Amino acid sequence: MQTDVLIIGAGGAGLVAALNAKESGASVLVITKEYPTRSQTCMAQGGINAALGNAGKDSVEAHIKNTLKSAHGLANEEAVRLMCCEAPNAVKWLDSIGVCFSRTKDAKIAQRTLGGASAPRACYAQDYTGLKILHTLYDRCMSEGIEILSEKYLLELIKNEDGCVCGAKVLDIRSGEIQNYESRAVILATGGYSRIYDKNSTNSTASTGDGIAVAARIGASLVDMEFVQFHPTALKNSSILISESARGEGGYLLNSKGERFTNELAPRDEVSRAINEEILKGEDIFLDIRHLGEEFIEEGLPQERKLAKLYENIDPVHDLIPIRPVAHYTMGGIEVDKNSATTLKGLFAAGECANHRVHGANRLGGNSLLEIVVFGKQAGVNAAKYALGAENTECFQAESENEKYQLESGKNEIDFYEVREHIGNLFYKNVGIVRKKSELQEALNEIIDIKSKLHLMGVSDNSKVYNSNFIEFLEFQNILEICENVVSSALKRDESCGAHYMEKLS
Amino acid sequence: MKITVKREEKFVEYEVDVVDITLLQLLTIIKTTQDNTLTFASGCRSSVCGSCSMRVNDREVLACSYKVQDGDRVEPLRNVPVVRDLVVDMDRSYAFNAKAKAWQKTISEGLEVTQEDEKINEVQSDCILCGSCYSACPVYAVNEEFLGPFALTRVWRYASDIREADEKSKIDTIQTNGVWDCTLCNECTIVCPQGISSKTDIEKLRSKSVMAGYSDPSFANSFGGGFGFDGSPSF
Repeated sequence: MQTDVLIIGAGGAGLVAALNAKESGASVLVITKEYPTRSQTCMAQGGINAALGNAGKDSVEAHIKNTLKSAHGLANEEAVRLMCCEAPNAVKWLDSIGVCFSRTKDAKIAQRTLGGASAPRACYAQDYTGLKILHTLYDRCMSEGIEILSEKYLLELIKNEDGCVCGAKVLDIRSGEIQNYESRAVILATGGYSRIYDKNSTNSTASTGDGIAVAARIGASLVDMEFVQFHPTALKNSSILISESARGEGGYLLNSKGERFTNELAPRDEVSRAINEEILKGEDIFLDIRHLGEEFIEEGLPQERKLAKLYENIDPVHDLIPIRPVAHYTMGGIEVDKNSATTLKGLFAAGECANHRVHGANRLGGNSLLEIVVFGKQAGVNAAKYALGAENTECFQAESENEKYQLESGKNEIDFYEVREHIGNLFYKNVGIVRKKSELQEALNEIIDIKSKLHLMGVSDNSKVYNSNFIEFLEFQNILEICENVVSSALKRDESCGAHYMEKLS
Repeated sequence: MKITVKREEKFVEYEVDVVDITLLQLLTIIKTTQDNTLTFASGCRSSVCGSCSMRVNDREVLACSYKVQDGDRVEPLRNVPVVRDLVVDMDRSYAFNAKAKAWQKTISEGLEVTQEDEKINEVQSDCILCGSCYSACPVYAVNEEFLGPFALTRVWRYASDIREADEKSKIDTIQTNGVWDCTLCNECTIVCPQGISSKTDIEKLRSKSVMAGYSDPSFANSFGGGFGFDGSPSF
């Protein structure tokens, strides 16, 4: 059966795209390698930006200005303008379908200040903003009868004889069967690649850049892949995120001597560099929110308190929180135009896997939840328009290709889990917060070396049913491709720009 | 530290030299260093994605928020088909959300929502769909069609929301295999990692049902079934 629009990925961008493609008259099918409510979107805490002015004077122009400034000249002003102008509508829509936002005393959506913003602009739902948005979108999809198939892993995109993307080949994780899903248009909403840094990332273990790697393999262009955002405040031992709202509400950053050393509310790249510099001096870094008081912490940051207790054995009401910056969001991604169309006909992209050029060299907190709503909609509407206007051409099916996804046991001389961890640490050090040309080159050489040894790596589990060892090996191969792309792009950019910071030669 | 994990029908013992870590961290160490075939689901590591719910010593937990103890016995969730080891198939259980029509039916335009309104379903909208409550619910032993704790909490989350203009339709949907089938045993409340009490939500939905003219069918039957309300919706 052929669907008009096939959406791969069921986080915020995928579900918004699905709702809008359906509303535009297209038949839709959503597939995800997890379950929809398990997507990375559920981890977004801080909020969604819109210049509503509910908590202080604000304007769309200020939102645009702040976003462009943080982007360091790499954003497309037209795209930023569209996103910021649409922001109030996006939040209004989320409110209209039942997202449980926190409210002000005068019954408006509550807003708070995040880094780099000139006003309290992030609409939030305690520190569960992403969770509540994602679940409400999921419920909305159910109400519209949108079919979502869980636990299907994207292997490759299929093209027809005219070279247009017309479906996807997936591995059904539960059965181990390879299946083809045909469609007139495909939307990738598969998320970012922060997990190339392995444990040095706040992200879900699923953020392995699958859609980006798959799209690149059939010729889609990727842009600005070297731009990776390091979030200043993750728990030191577990890389669990402590939301920026902790600093937005007045939290301090302290070194071992108990001194403040930076402006806590500068954009994330600046704060991360300031912390990194202190760490290199041998300091331990802490987030201090004790002065905000128990009542405030319990009301505004309940998750953070729970997680700090669990992973660091400390209570932020009474103790300092040990932190360090880790990879959090990837600005780079699949190149798209003003219709969310990629460079391949029939293929659209939205969300973190796409690069709409709205974040440039450094994303502002609160702009990613916004992006998934605004550009998820754009991708859905345009993919539907394309699909409904497309001629009905046969999908070219290359069944023989399935052989390369057959399990082969015995190729296990090098343990890929060890290599994955090694790459994560190597990239954190060499392709991290502060970069040097020689270290970038070293990382690239190592990735090329590891790729040449890929035939010595493999899986030891030979079950067809739910073989997560095999899935993780497939993800690992995507990680390798993304790593090569990230470090090659970084080498091409000699100068510092936002999150891509090159150490000055002395 | 030694733990046993239920795989197929037997328990397999693993030993790892660690202390003071979460069960998910331990399972990950076992999978990546000892036994690549051990199968479990995980995601965010921070208790919001609901992937790693499982049972430890007969109690539902999120592996990522449970500090593992020596001698722990780990099993998959109940009331759902086991796909492999600790991974279960949630599709049928999640489908109860759709059967219960757990969504906002009407689109709300420009309605003012106060802080008091917001508090009514703040905790219920924290649900992460981990399925712990579903696993702990004893009703499934006798009624496989029971809409279940998380779907009913989700109905409360929408039915109680000031932005839902057609509350009655929410209530109509949960009369059959719904609010009256719950035994109010409170197991769901005890295991919820988000502090949600589906039992309490079901009681509140019962009150709304009574106000809408429905009554407990077992109560009605014990009086000869004379009430004769037929609110059963067709799915």
